[in-house]
Amino acid sequence: MTIIIDRSRDRSKATGPVSIAEKQREKDRPQGLYKARVPIYPKLVHGQWRWIKWVLLIVMLAIYYITPWIRWDRPGALPDQAVLVDFDGGRFYFFMIQLWPQEVYFITGLLVLSALSLFLVTSLFGRLWCGYACPQTVWTDLYIYVERMFEGDRNARMRLDAAPTSFNKLWRKAGKHAVWIGVAFGTGGAWIFYFHDAPQLIRTFWVGTAPMTAYVSCAILTFTTYVFAGHMREQVCTYMCPWPRIQGAMLDDQSFQVTYRYDRGEPRGPHKKAESWDGRGDCIDCNQCIVVCPMGIDIRDGAQLECINCGLCIDACNEVMEKVGRPRGLIAYDTDAAVAARSCGQKPQHRLIRPRTLYYGVALLIVSGLMIWGFSTRKTLDVHALRDRNPASVRLHDGAVRNGYTLKIANHGFQTATVEIRYGGVPGATLRSPGRPESDPLTLQVDPNRVTSVRVFVTAPASEEADGSRPATFDVRSGDERQTVRTAFEYGELR
Amino acid sequence: MSEPERDEHSGVETTGHVWDGIRELDNPLPRWWLWIFYGCIVVAIVYWVLMPAWPGLNGYTPGLLKQSDRAAVAQDLQALQAQRGRGEAMLATASLQQIEADPALQAHALSVGQSVVGDNCATCHGAGGGGNRGYPNLRDDVWLWGGSLEEIEHTLRVGVRSAHPETRTSQMPAFGRENMLTAAQVSDLTEYVVRLSGRPANAAAVGRAQQLYADNCAACHTPTGVGDRLVGAPNLTDREWLYGSDRESIRGQIHNGRNGVMPTWEGRFSPGVIKALAVYIHVNAGGGEASGAAAVAP
Repeated sequence: MTIIIDRSRDRSKATGPVSIAEKQREKDRPQGLYKARVPIYPKLVHGQWRWIKWVLLIVMLAIYYITPWIRWDRPGALPDQAVLVDFDGGRFYFFMIQLWPQEVYFITGLLVLSALSLFLVTSLFGRLWCGYACPQTVWTDLYIYVERMFEGDRNARMRLDAAPTSFNKLWRKAGKHAVWIGVAFGTGGAWIFYFHDAPQLIRTFWVGTAPMTAYVSCAILTFTTYVFAGHMREQVCTYMCPWPRIQGAMLDDQSFQVTYRYDRGEPRGPHKKAESWDGRGDCIDCNQCIVVCPMGIDIRDGAQLECINCGLCIDACNEVMEKVGRPRGLIAYDTDAAVAARSCGQKPQHRLIRPRTLYYGVALLIVSGLMIWGFSTRKTLDVHALRDRNPASVRLHDGAVRNGYTLKIANHGFQTATVEIRYGGVPGATLRSPGRPESDPLTLQVDPNRVTSVRVFVTAPASEEADGSRPATFDVRSGDERQTVRTAFEYGELR
Repeated sequence: MSEPERDEHSGVETTGHVWDGIRELDNPLPRWWLWIFYGCIVVAIVYWVLMPAWPGLNGYTPGLLKQSDRAAVAQDLQALQAQRGRGEAMLATASLQQIEADPALQAHALSVGQSVVGDNCATCHGAGGGGNRGYPNLRDDVWLWGGSLEEIEHTLRVGVRSAHPETRTSQMPAFGRENMLTAAQVSDLTEYVVRLSGRPANAAAVGRAQQLYADNCAACHTPTGVGDRLVGAPNLTDREWLYGSDRESIRGQIHNGRNGVMPTWEGRFSPGVIKALAVYIHVNAGGGEASGAAAVAP
């Protein structure tokens, strides 16, 4: 079923504070072309979800800051950094995995996997990504924490902002922005370590000899972190991010979301001690869910674009429910269908397996399978045969026909490979590489970790009936590895 | 102006556009969007001051930074010339064999060779050097004037029947056109040449042509027909034909005696570039000289 929140009723007669979103709507009534941001002062809340958010914040930041400092031994002059996007060398290193630019489809696969996981998780449990893992959420949380350190909690911050300029206000504001910029610089500074050997870069960075791109990247990320987490905050989600708009397609009435159980909460209203709870809802209209919301919305309006599903209102409401002696969970992770069922007096049923979750799950399995297959069948050597096109064939003095090829042998391994090459498909054909000793099979040393280009000539003896083109193969062996590269032999015409 | 339509749920004005019953809300833009717009205008003004911007009657405002793409290109070209100068110096001092044996030097020579061939040789010898009728194939192992590195370099330097004083030169007479031989004699000789290349031919005609060949052809093409590189006389016993292998083509060549021209490249290219070209041709012909006329000579 579809739940429609009726916002057309007149809110002006309602008592108590209204949500920021509602204030904005009121503000917009005499509509102009532009609107100023209404500042949001999220109040600190304690509880289960807030605790999970703190833990995840620390984990996420730790991953981001520590990863570039993990070392990983690689042979020779190769970088010993575990995770490194090496633009100079044209390689991506991830622990034991090393990707070449032409293997970018693995990255594509990873992105497809990430997208599908996001779809699956969203259709099951709502916008968990937005509420817990998105860098915008994590850094905004961190910035609000810093803000609270300097300016106090919600009420103190509101008072400070309203107060006239004073030394107290100045140093608190200055301190906050200084720490913000420090964090922003740390964020931009850590970013560049993913692209260059970290211990070396941190030295050259401070003495001013690092590449200009390092300083520029650091400056850009410092700026965006400071602006997005410090000043833009929820506006990044509502104005700039496409995901809140896309996620509507993932959600249905069986998706778990932060939900106000209106079946239990309504009719809402202030409640005095010792008053009966009969004939009224559990919501006492204390607005704690509004004041803790980092997005400045009223969750009681139902699922909405601005809601990042962070669960802070759940913690706030649970605290209040305990105080007034009502059961927890007036606001909880719940489904629209369950709320609707309860309001009709039925037992709510949760269905995790639904067509859409099945589709996403199956797609996820297929792509994961392809990725695993791709990785497990990855060969150390990648061989391509480029046949000379002009001239396609050359007739020698004795009538023999010669074709030229350029073999591109990419050695993905870290050791020099001894490669044996045989040519098949053309009777009596001989294989020779100019400048290399003649041998059968043709034996080459291929340098590690680079592409070696080898000119080879295949000569087929004179043959009256042979004409046109015939399929041929290069059989390439190195140790246990064997692969067959398909090509063609061109006889051409006698001039 | 009529009262704008409002969305009943959100209370926001709509744009009045309806798609399949869906109305578009006309939410106001955030104020900072406007600031970005003003910021762009400021950036544009700063740009006018710093960079070339406004056209004038004679020229344009150069801007405080004096940025000029033309100057940047000139500088890049200069750097390129300096880099090429280093490669050129290496080519000039190394011997042909050294260039071919050293991987780095060979790679440099091949890249120089490729661009020079594309601009100068491809017109006649084909883009890949595969030759055309009357223009020798540079990819095979048949060489009129020799296929060693030194011989190729020499041919490039002096040309064939060119304006160079030391030019390689040879003359195939137009036996038919100049009335040195009758049409029947030319036909007999054609059969003889076909027989030389190991193909079946009219035995009577071959017999009649025996003396004709010895008198007119053997001086250059040698009595056995394997040709002579000293005078650039083609080998008649192999399977490679400059002017075509069928009887009509052979008869035409004996009758008309065409002689191609290759220009001298000395003076047009520096000695280093000519070396690079020689190496390029030698490598792409698979080392060239291994077999050929000399190998089948008696």
